[in-house]
Order: sequence, then structure tokens, then C-alpha cells
Amino acid sequence: MTFEYAPAPESKSVVKIEKEYGHFINGKFVKGKKHFATINPATEEVLSQIANGDKGDIDKAVQAAQVAYTKVWSKLSGAERGKYLYRIARILQERAREFAVLETMDNGKPIRETRDIDIPLVSAHFFYHAGWADKLDYVGVGSSPKAHGVVGQIIPWNFPLLMLAWKVAPALAAGNTVVLKPAETTPLTALLFAQVCQQAELPAGVVNIVTGAGETGAALVNHPGVSKIAFTGSTEVGKSIARAIADTKKVATLELGGKGANIVFEDAAIDQAVEGIVNGIFFNQGHVCCAGSRLLVQENIADEVIKKLQRRMEKIRLGDPLDKNTDIGAINSKAQLEKIKELAASGSAEGGEVWSPACELPKNGFWFAPTIFTGVTQAHRIAREEIFGPVLSVLTFRTPQEAIEKANNTPFGLSAGIWSEKGSKVLWTAQQLRAGVIWANTFNKFDPASPFGGYKESGWGREGGRHGLAAYLKAVK
Amino acid sequence: MKFFGLVDGSESSLKSFLNNLPPVDQVGAEARAATLGTRSIKSSSKAWAIDTAISMVDLTTLEGADTPGKVKALCTKAVRPAPSDPSVPSVGAVCVYNDMVKVARTHLDAIGGAHIPVAAVSTAFPSGRASMAVKLQDTQDAIDAGATEIDMVIDRGAFLSGRLGEVFDEIVKIKEICGDKAHLKVIFETGELVTYDNVRKASYLAMLAGGDFIKTSTGKVAPAATPPVVMIMLEAVRDFREITGHQIGVKPAGGIRTTKDAIKQLVLVNETAGADWLNNKYFRLGASALLNDLLLQRMKLTDGYYESPNYVTLD
Amino acid sequence: MSRIDVKKTYKLYINGAFPRSESGRVYEVTNAKGAFIANPALASRKDLRDSVVAARGAFGKWSGSTAYLRGQIIYRIAEMLEGRREQFEAELKSTGDKTKITEAIDLIVWYAGWTDKLAALDGVTNPVSGPFYNFTTPEAMGVVGVVSKPTFLEFIDSLMAVIASGNTTVIVAPGALAIPAMSFAEVLATSDVPAGVINILTGKVDELAPWLASHMDIDGIDITGVKKQGELKVAAAENLKRVHSFTKLKNPARILAFMEAKTVWHTVGI
Repeated sequence: MTFEYAPAPESKSVVKIEKEYGHFINGKFVKGKKHFATINPATEEVLSQIANGDKGDIDKAVQAAQVAYTKVWSKLSGAERGKYLYRIARILQERAREFAVLETMDNGKPIRETRDIDIPLVSAHFFYHAGWADKLDYVGVGSSPKAHGVVGQIIPWNFPLLMLAWKVAPALAAGNTVVLKPAETTPLTALLFAQVCQQAELPAGVVNIVTGAGETGAALVNHPGVSKIAFTGSTEVGKSIARAIADTKKVATLELGGKGANIVFEDAAIDQAVEGIVNGIFFNQGHVCCAGSRLLVQENIADEVIKKLQRRMEKIRLGDPLDKNTDIGAINSKAQLEKIKELAASGSAEGGEVWSPACELPKNGFWFAPTIFTGVTQAHRIAREEIFGPVLSVLTFRTPQEAIEKANNTPFGLSAGIWSEKGSKVLWTAQQLRAGVIWANTFNKFDPASPFGGYKESGWGREGGRHGLAAYLKAVK
Repeated sequence: MKFFGLVDGSESSLKSFLNNLPPVDQVGAEARAATLGTRSIKSSSKAWAIDTAISMVDLTTLEGADTPGKVKALCTKAVRPAPSDPSVPSVGAVCVYNDMVKVARTHLDAIGGAHIPVAAVSTAFPSGRASMAVKLQDTQDAIDAGATEIDMVIDRGAFLSGRLGEVFDEIVKIKEICGDKAHLKVIFETGELVTYDNVRKASYLAMLAGGDFIKTSTGKVAPAATPPVVMIMLEAVRDFREITGHQIGVKPAGGIRTTKDAIKQLVLVNETAGADWLNNKYFRLGASALLNDLLLQRMKLTDGYYESPNYVTLD
Repeated sequence: MSRIDVKKTYKLYINGAFPRSESGRVYEVTNAKGAFIANPALASRKDLRDSVVAARGAFGKWSGSTAYLRGQIIYRIAEMLEGRREQFEAELKSTGDKTKITEAIDLIVWYAGWTDKLAALDGVTNPVSGPFYNFTTPEAMGVVGVVSKPTFLEFIDSLMAVIASGNTTVIVAPGALAIPAMSFAEVLATSDVPAGVINILTGKVDELAPWLASHMDIDGIDITGVKKQGELKVAAAENLKRVHSFTKLKNPARILAFMEAKTVWHTVGI
């Protein structure tokens, strides 16, 4: 007997998508000049036409943000700013299902994740930061700290609305105004968020959203009216931003790439470790900067762990992201799929042993089966480069010291995982790892109260918690 | 090979085996079980799941007030859960106290339910607090009266005080009495063992000692068959088969009242132990009220509207 | 006839030793009236490279030592300096450096007290929504390059801010700062600071700073002593070095600027 799950699709009826969207500037939607399509990566169906912002659009948005900053937002008390954020948090909770469905359609990630993780965390972020707005003296940058002014924010496509929340909530709580550019493949929830700002009666110009691709982002970074840049995306673009602002007074926080080591010791709770490995690399199709993309497993349990991992992977359900039972959805774009394929091919070419469960990929859309490579060494490209897809590289180690050496042998330093039931070893390992976020006996957990960010080339600064908020404030000299 | 060649039955061999089992992280285990609990089972798969669940029910009455009349009514319901709908399958077994076994067996045979086994709770159920002689006699009585399934309780006191050899010996001796006449289900009372590490240890202890099924609870103590507890036990039978080639069954009992609860259990089976356990030879649900909810949901699926309890039989 | 002074040769301080520049170069330092003081070493990019290797080698042990021990060692620096006050007063006077040596010593004492309070200042347990114990602690960043401003007090402030947390450093002491800086190296050599933790290069900012900014094994740079910073920041972007400069002395933010916040999650269960 087999237990087949019949399709259980979430209804799309809660979502209304316009044929075309403009930019959200100064509290209103402004018609764009040129447009590009945003598609559903699971079906390749065109969802809407999105305005392609140019320098002029960015200029208008920055000007609106400057005026809102000087005339309105900087004059409001922290308590009043906080109340706007509370309003936004509540409206996001009320419209959670709508956001979840829209996010799944535009991004390709499973509804289970948008519904249970992304969107609840989004409102949690606004709720958390709302409470900070009137307590800025206690952030740790001295008393009566000042906002930077206009903050330019550029966010990626992997957690579109969640990354918006990570950026916008602390910026507003600290008293800044914002010009935000969502990723070109996933602009829809940001544009729906613009409607939430309207419903919350947020003063015009406090949040401005200009859609577009890399050039639009560059125009925002280079605009002289912007005092601070907050960027999440690739290390390559992060470096170019660092160069672009080198000769300016602008400051920046950067959340960039990673190649997280997930270390499984012989004394781990094996079944939970297997879950953690799966969650570490297959959560959000592996489109996660802090993914546990390098599994470091102690050699004396490697066979058992890999066998259990493979058996577990056979239960992963890949398919329609709107199906409530889907675990892995679509790859966000054709370009990303090509990149994953290219790196996976290099893994095979360099002698890694590839394995995927039997898994039927839908005909339309962009898909990649959950994949593991065993027999990987530090010298393989797939052990060094960020794949940003559902591809796990498995390496082994013999001693804790060797695990640390391998884990730290990378220019990245964002995340790492530790699996052991021995408390002293967990703490030792956590101390030795050169990474900003370390999950012990868990993985890929996020919370607005918890600082997130990387060492080394994984970025500058933290997001979340007191540390994250501090980056949106400056000490009074 | 005796005890699958993994232990020799001595206290020290049991301790070294059981203490070397990989530990369970509570947070991770509960998170996984909760995620499986969000599976959405609709239409055809729901219909299949409901009928499968019905066939897995160990329809149970374990009350001080049980009478021959009550037990006979239960048996009637076990054979034909929905009198007007012959497409509804019979349940997996009828589960009663020792002294009601004969009543149940005789009545089932009389009404065309010869295919339904009678399970007897045994070994001073539910507390397990009696001498070994009493427990053995209890079991022998039940088998003599026609029970073909024995649901024994382990000595939780001995387990918690570390006398694992005693717990083990007791299961071995009861199993000897069962022989090939009765299937042995070993009840842990997981609500008293408290930790998942204990549940995992007890599972292996019972499997090594010769239990045919491992069962969560008596139904008298809460919490009972919570999804994470059942998941840990399903992992144990899955891994035990891997090691020994021997397939052991699992029976959650206590707290499974609704169709939703039952379907969650089936999802746990499907995604943890796998399809080989998705039948009443290897998976049972110890329950009483559950059956009527399964019937109501079955009718809703067929008819397309919500039902009233007036249309299913009380017992 | 009066006695002839025995004059000191000013060399570099790398990995606990006092080598000359591998380039063999020196430059002349004179007093305000133009009288010769010394020929300190004109450090080269290869000296800088060797210093980074030494600093990286020393990082594990220094950052891994207890905060208490680091505090004791830094306090020991102050003790050693106190004993050589007169020498430093004379050197500072000769080079026209306005630093009061007592102020510099007190500043070191101030930093010595910070080592075991940084976690209380910037660490936190985070009340996350779930069964997790979650905490954030500041920890040393790694190898930090420093280009000091020209006074000895500024040199001490930038240096101590970087090493108090457990970083190791390559610090550039330009121009006449070479004189007190290299005497200070002698203080370091006798005060239990492990070799390689502090490496001091004397010479020219324009020559050394670009190599500091572009070195891929340096994690952060304090370029307070550099006026035109744009190009250095461009170079530093190649490995995303943390780049800072400071106007205020005795500023805890200067210590924290070269620390990384590490957040650890652990499950809470039975």
C-alpha cells in the first residue's frame, strides 16, 4: 500500500495582481517609462509588468525621502514612529495569507515556508522594531543618537518580503527614511507592501520603492542624497558597493554570500542532525546565503549519516510551490538555474559523486532536484563557491580540529552548524568557528531579536537585535 | 540468534547497548513532527487514509464498568463499524481486559467477526505493579481465554531506577508464554518515561526482548501518543529492521480522537518508517472515540456536507 | 672630556624581534631645530608582508587567551612604561611630540581594564521566539592594520584599542613617531606580550598604507592616520576589510569597531 498525497493547492483567489506596476514614490504609485516582466518561476507565466527605474526615478524617490525626513519623519517622536510600525505589523498579520500566496507565486518558494516562516517573521520584525523606536538611547551608540537620513536599500530575491522587513523596519524605527529597490525577479510583495504603507497612513515619502535591476540599484548607491546603504546580495556586488562609496561619507551594511559548514560529530543526535542537514541546504531551494552547503561529517559515522540523509531525501516533495505539501519549490530564475547546473556539472567533472532521489521535475518552470555530492574535498569548486541552490557538498573529517580547519578554510564567514550532544564540545566548536551565526543542534533559525551577519567576506555589520539597529544610528559627536 | 545477537540479556550488555543509542534532541524531534503535522491530506488520499485508519483501530474498552453487554456492543461495532455501509472495513482488533476476552471472542465468532483478533491488556495493566507470578498468570489466562494479542505494560519503576535487566526479563518471559499463540505488544507508558531518550531506549529494549509491537501508552496517563513520541518509535522500528531484518509494529494509543489526529499518525508512518508499516499488521491505533469521527468524516467525503453524530452508532 | 653617548639604533619590531628593514633603507629624523636624532628603518612592503604573517600566527593564541590574562599583560605594559618615563619624556621632547607620557601610561591602564568587560558592553542574550538559548558575544576580528596619527598618545590609543579585544596588529608609526614607537617596542618586548601580537613598522604612510589596505590576510584597518582615504577603501573592498577611523581618543567604540559579533543558537530541551 502506498499513501499518495492528492494535490492540496492553496487558493490564488486571495491575490490580485495588477497588469502593470509603477514605482512607489512619495506615497503614490508613479507610472514607469519602460517595463520588464516578472514571472512565476514555477510556471513561467507572466504575472505582471514592472517599471524599470532609471536615474530620474531614483532621484525623485530620494528627493521625496529627503523631504519626508526633514519635514516629517525626523520631527516625529520615537513613540509616534513606533506606532506606525505597530500598525504596519498588524496589517501584515491581517493580510498574511495574501502575502504568502503572492510571495510563493513570484518567488517559487513553497507556500509552507512563506505561510509558516517568511511572512510571520516579517510582521515579527516590524513588531520588534516598533518597540525600539522610542528607546534609542539604549541601543548602545550613546544618548540621543541620530538617524542617518535617507537610507538606500537593495534587497535580494531569495526572501523578498522578509529582506524588506529586515531593512525597512530598523531604518524607520531609527528615524531614517527609505528608498528601497527590490530584486528584479521578485518585486511584487514589495509593491504590495507599498499598499500596506498606504493603509497604515505612513507619511508620504518615508518609504519609497523603485523597481529595477542592477543599474537601478547602482543609481541608488551613487545618489548623493543617500547617507547610508544597506544591501543584501552577492559578495561580488557587495564589493562593488564598497568601492562605489569609498570616496564618500556614506556608510554601508552588507549581507553577502556564504559557504556555511554544517559539522556533524559522532555523538550527534543523528535523526535530528539529518533533519538539520536537510533544513540547512534544501530550505528555500538552497537559495539561502547562510545555507549549510558544506556538510562536514565525522568519518566514523559518515556512511550511516549519508544513508539516512538519502533515505530522508527520498521523502522530499518537489513540485507546485502552492501545494501545501511541497517541500522544495522552483528555482527563482532561469539564470540561477543555469548557474546551479554549471556548478553541479563542475562537481561531477572534478570527481565528486553525485546523488539525487528519484524525482520528477515539472515540465514548465525552473527546477533542480535536491542533490548531494559525496567524496568532495576542499579543492573542489563546489566546496568553495556559493551555489545558492539545493546542492550539498559532503566532506569528512577525523578530529574536531580538522573540522574547524576545514570549516574556516573559506573567505566567507556567515554561518555554521554544530551537531553534538556534548555540551563542552559544542561550545568549543562555536568558539573556534569564524562565522557570525552559529546554529548548534538546529539550523536556519531566524528571529528579529537575534543579530545576523557575517565575518570576513560575508559582509559588514549585523541585522536584527540591538546590533542591527545600531547600524541605522550614529552617535552625536 | 538469541536477542538478535546484539545483547546477551545481562544487565551490563543491555546498558552498554542502550546507552550507546544516538540521543534525541527534543527541539528538533518536535519540530519535525510538527512539520509533518502540517501535511494537507485531501480528497482521494483522505478517503484512502480514513479506510486504512479504520482497519488499524484497536477498538478498545478498558473501564472498571465494562460488562458483557458493553463488550458485545463493541464487538458488533468492530465487525461492521457502519451498519448501513458494508464498504466500511472492520477494525484491526478488539481490545479488552483479561476477564472480557472470552465474551469478546465468543461474540465476535458468533456475528461473523472471526477474522478480528481479541487483544487483552496484561501484566497488571495499567500500573504494572504486581509480582512476576501474577503477571505471568494474567497473561496465561488471557491466552487461554482466546486472546491472540497481548498488550503488556513494562515495569516503569524498574526502568526509571535503572533495572533494565528486570524489565527485559519480564518481556522475555511474557513472550515465552505468548509463544506462537499471541502477538506481544509492549506498552511503555511514555507519559511516565517523559524523555524521548527514554522512549528510544525502551523501544530497543522491547524489540530486543522479543516484542512484536511497541505501544506508547495505556490510555490512562497523559500525555500519551503525541506525534513526536510516535515518530521516535517509528524511527526505532525502521532502524531495527535495518540492523536485524526484523520488522516490529507500532501502536500509538491514547489521545487520538479525531480523523485529523489519525491522519497525522499515518503521515508520520509514511514519512518516517515508510509504506511497509502502512497496514494493520504493523500499525495499530489504540482508540475508542476515534472510530466514530473517522466514520463521520468518511460520510462527509462521500456526501459532501457536514454530518451529525446522530447518524453513527454510539457503540 | 665628557663621555661619548652610546646611541641607539632604531629598527623595526616584527614577531618579537628587532630586525632592520629587509630593504636596508633608513630615513633621517631630526629635532625641531633640524639636528639629527636617529636613522630609523624605512619599512618596505616586504617588511609589512612578514609582519602580517607574524600577526596571523599570533592571533589564535592571543585571541584565545583569557580576557583576564590579556588585561594583565596590557597592565604590565603600563608598568614597564612607567619605569622608563624619563627616557620617553626625553624622546618625546626631542621629536616635538606633545604627548605627556603619564597620560599615555594612564591610557594603557584604561585599556587594560576593558579586556574582560567588552562582552558585558556588547554581548547580549537574545530572547528569541522558540525553544532556543541564543546569545551574541563580541570577539576579536583577526589581524588589524593600523596607520597611526603622528603623536605617541594617538599611537597608543589606536594600538591598544585594537589589541585589547584579542586582535593582533601591524601598526605603521610614520615619521618621527618612529622614535618613541620603537622605544615602546622595547617596552613590549619586556612585558609578556607574545611575539607577533604587535608588529611596528616605521616609515612612510604613503608607501605602506596601500599595501596594508590591499593585503588579503588583513581583516580590518584603522586608517585614522591617513588623510586621503578613498583609494585605500577601494583597495580594502577586495576582501571587504572593515575600515574605520576615529576622531575621539579613549573611545570604547574604537575597540568594538574591530570586533565581530558572533551569535550562537542552541536548542533547549530534555
